[in-house]
Amino acid sequence: MEILFFYLVAFVTLVSGLLVIRCQSPVNSALALVNTFFCLAVFYVMLHAPFMAAIQIMVYAGAIMVLILFVIMLLNLGTESRQRYTRGVVWSSIASLLMLIVATVTIKTGQVTGAEGEITAHTVKSVGHTELIGRTMFTEFLLPFEIASILLLVAIVGAVVLAKKEV
Amino acid sequence: MYDKLWLIPFFPLIGSIINGLLGKRFIKSEKAIGAIGTGAVFLSFLVTCRYFFQLLGDTEKVHQQVVASWMSVGKLQVDWGFLFDPLSALMLMVVCGVGSLIHLYSIGYMHGEEGFYRYFSYLNLFIFSMIMLVLGNNALVMFIGWEGVGLCSYLLIGYYFEKQSAGDAAKKAFVMNRVGDFGFLLGLFTIFWTLGSHGIWTVNFVDFSEHGHLLGVGSTVVTVATLCFFLGATGKSAQLPLYTWLPDAMEGPTPVSALIHAATMVTAGVYMIGRMNVLFAMSPTTMGVVAAVGAATAIFAASIGFAQNDIKRVLAYSTVSQLGFMFVAMGVGAFTAGIFHLMTHAFFKACLFLGSGSVIHAMHHALHHAHLDDDPQDMRNMGGLRKHMPVTWATFGISCLAIAGLPFFAGFFSKDEILWWAFASTRGSLVVWGIAAFAAGMTAFYMFRCLYMTFYGKQKTDPKAKDHVHESPWVITLPLVVLAGLATVGGFVGVPHAIDVVHIGNKLDAFLAPVFHHTQELYQIEAHGAASTEIMLMVFSVVVALIGIGIATTMYLKNPELPAKFTSTFSRLHRVVFNKWYVDEIYDAMFVNTTKQFGNFCWKFFDVKIVDGIVNGVGKVVNVLSAGLRHTQTGLFQNYALAMVLGTVVMVAIYILN
Amino acid sequence: MIGVYHYMTVAAILFAMGTYGVLTRRNAIVIFMCIELMLNSVNLTFIALSRHLHSMDGQIFVFFVMTVAAAEAAVGLALMITFFRNRESIDVDQINMLKW
Repeated sequence: MEILFFYLVAFVTLVSGLLVIRCQSPVNSALALVNTFFCLAVFYVMLHAPFMAAIQIMVYAGAIMVLILFVIMLLNLGTESRQRYTRGVVWSSIASLLMLIVATVTIKTGQVTGAEGEITAHTVKSVGHTELIGRTMFTEFLLPFEIASILLLVAIVGAVVLAKKEV
Repeated sequence: MYDKLWLIPFFPLIGSIINGLLGKRFIKSEKAIGAIGTGAVFLSFLVTCRYFFQLLGDTEKVHQQVVASWMSVGKLQVDWGFLFDPLSALMLMVVCGVGSLIHLYSIGYMHGEEGFYRYFSYLNLFIFSMIMLVLGNNALVMFIGWEGVGLCSYLLIGYYFEKQSAGDAAKKAFVMNRVGDFGFLLGLFTIFWTLGSHGIWTVNFVDFSEHGHLLGVGSTVVTVATLCFFLGATGKSAQLPLYTWLPDAMEGPTPVSALIHAATMVTAGVYMIGRMNVLFAMSPTTMGVVAAVGAATAIFAASIGFAQNDIKRVLAYSTVSQLGFMFVAMGVGAFTAGIFHLMTHAFFKACLFLGSGSVIHAMHHALHHAHLDDDPQDMRNMGGLRKHMPVTWATFGISCLAIAGLPFFAGFFSKDEILWWAFASTRGSLVVWGIAAFAAGMTAFYMFRCLYMTFYGKQKTDPKAKDHVHESPWVITLPLVVLAGLATVGGFVGVPHAIDVVHIGNKLDAFLAPVFHHTQELYQIEAHGAASTEIMLMVFSVVVALIGIGIATTMYLKNPELPAKFTSTFSRLHRVVFNKWYVDEIYDAMFVNTTKQFGNFCWKFFDVKIVDGIVNGVGKVVNVLSAGLRHTQTGLFQNYALAMVLGTVVMVAIYILN
Repeated sequence: MIGVYHYMTVAAILFAMGTYGVLTRRNAIVIFMCIELMLNSVNLTFIALSRHLHSMDGQIFVFFVMTVAAAEAAVGLALMITFFRNRESIDVDQINMLKW
């Protein structure tokens, strides 16, 4: 049952992804991308990461996509006037195909190992995913967290400076 | 005892730094800048006086004071050390004394000049360097001073650097001095290594004197080394063949000519020989060369002085000629006489230069007032200035009498002592004496020619400017009067024994004895002869001088049309002399142009063809090689991204396959 | 049972799609979206592995990736606006001043 659901979601994900790269209009691409994000959020739930699913929808599907759509509207890029693709389609197709082959081969042959943690589906249920994330974030990863906030600040300033008409 | 010697160079250095760094922006006022500059040198003079009189009463005459260690290399230990003995003491008195007078004079002379602060900064720096040169107890400290005075000379000759000729003259002086400095260094290295091979690693003068005999009396080494030193001296003291920079150095302000190019710096060569008298005395060959070059320069420069019309140039050639006299003294072993003449010459030549400066100053203002651009230095525009500038006239006249060697003026004693030694010394010769005596007569002639053309006869200044010629202010005349006084009485410190009727005694000889007598005894350098002979020679030289003055009087005072007639009769000779025997042209052809051609060859062939060829060739090869490759750089980021993706694929593939 | 390999295979396909989009599309905003697609495929991998290894670290990583993505969106879109203002277009094949 679950596996069927997985295949369904995976199918929707990949079709949406395909639409992102194939659509004539950037607006359509953007909507397809939102769809992909939703599907991924579903995957996260299936992977017992409800908090990540939530911020996937809020940050990506909400904030970033709105920003992108806003820019599309702002620049009035309804449909592209000329052809969608650049000249290097053949080579690019070969390269991405090779990338896919290499990736799948890696996944098939590679060993998934690493430092095993203590978090099971049970702990997630009893303690709560948000609390687990928060605890890790504010203890072990406190410094990167602070640096990330500085990065965001810099990005805000940079964006303002770049987008302003007269500097 | 002598532990504050460092104050002597300290004051001018501080003065130079203050004026140089703060003068333009913060001090500004000419009075303050002048006071700082003059005050610094005057303080040095006071300190020098204090130690000078202490030395007079002291039995121990040679004092060394080490301020700090400079470098210690292997067995060689070089200090920032000072050597205070009668020779350096006397020289310091001259440098600081004349120096302060000329500083005072400069306040008036340089009034209103742009870069007033710069001038005083350079002048103080010069005094500092000169003091280091004089006071250094080893050859390296002396060399610092030696280079320092050269630098200041360069800066001050080029003081009016916006004038092409001043810049050229400065460069010329610097380059010619470099030739001499090269000799100085070679001499120093030779002495250093040869003494080192005897186990004595030193550059200290006292050690040179003590251990000099190890080099071997009359040996080739000592001859070569002293000849190299002498080359240095010819550069600095403007002797044949390196004298041509000095007349050109007159491009600088006149007080600079007085201080640097007459009284002090150019005598550094004489001082250096005096300082190393032991080494020089060991090589009769070098002594002979020194005397010969001195005598040749004396007569050669005097002959050029005959035909110059620029008042400062006459004095410049006179300086070269008088320096020749000093070298004659050094060469015949009359070290005391040489230093004596150095001192008296500093007095009367400084006075002459300052007097000429006073005249130029007045002429310049008069011509400027009348909006004329005649040359204020050309004596043909002067004449009859006696009534306009009485003080300048009187002091100039006294100095002329002194330089001509009329009895009982300063120049009489020093010049006659040189002539006596040239005649009677064991190292002297009749030829040298003859040339020197003739040159003395020529000196009298051209100096009085200069005096008459400037101050006597009809005033030839443009009528519009005529009545605006005025006597200079007191800051200018005071130094003139003091120097004229010294030029009058300065000679009495060295009254020769033969005419010493009231038993003053030859004070200078006694004072300098600790430095020179040992050498003179060791190598049997002495002037022996009857007192009557000495008096005879004196009378003779006075007569020669009077003849010179007489001819000048006849030609330039009594019959002003005679010189023109004379030049038209001997027009070819006059032209040659007027053009300074074409020495500059010969040097241009021999050295300057060959160097230029060599430089051109290096540039046009070596640099352009070979160096540039290699560089351009490398560029061309790379250009050809990259002509095809550059098309891979499309500038489109997707192409780069494609390459990146392929690269990633390859790397991961390699990872998998391994 | 759904294994980690299932998720990773989906992620790999998404990543290849994103790569293809980045390499071929002309419109800078579409390229930008393709980059987001690639980032998300990586996020999926992270979370899948995090689950597989019973560790929280992968999810924290995703969190930071999202931060970077947000910053990138802000700056990248500002760049596009500026570029559009100058060129009246955001076609990347017109941006070729980087050559030679």
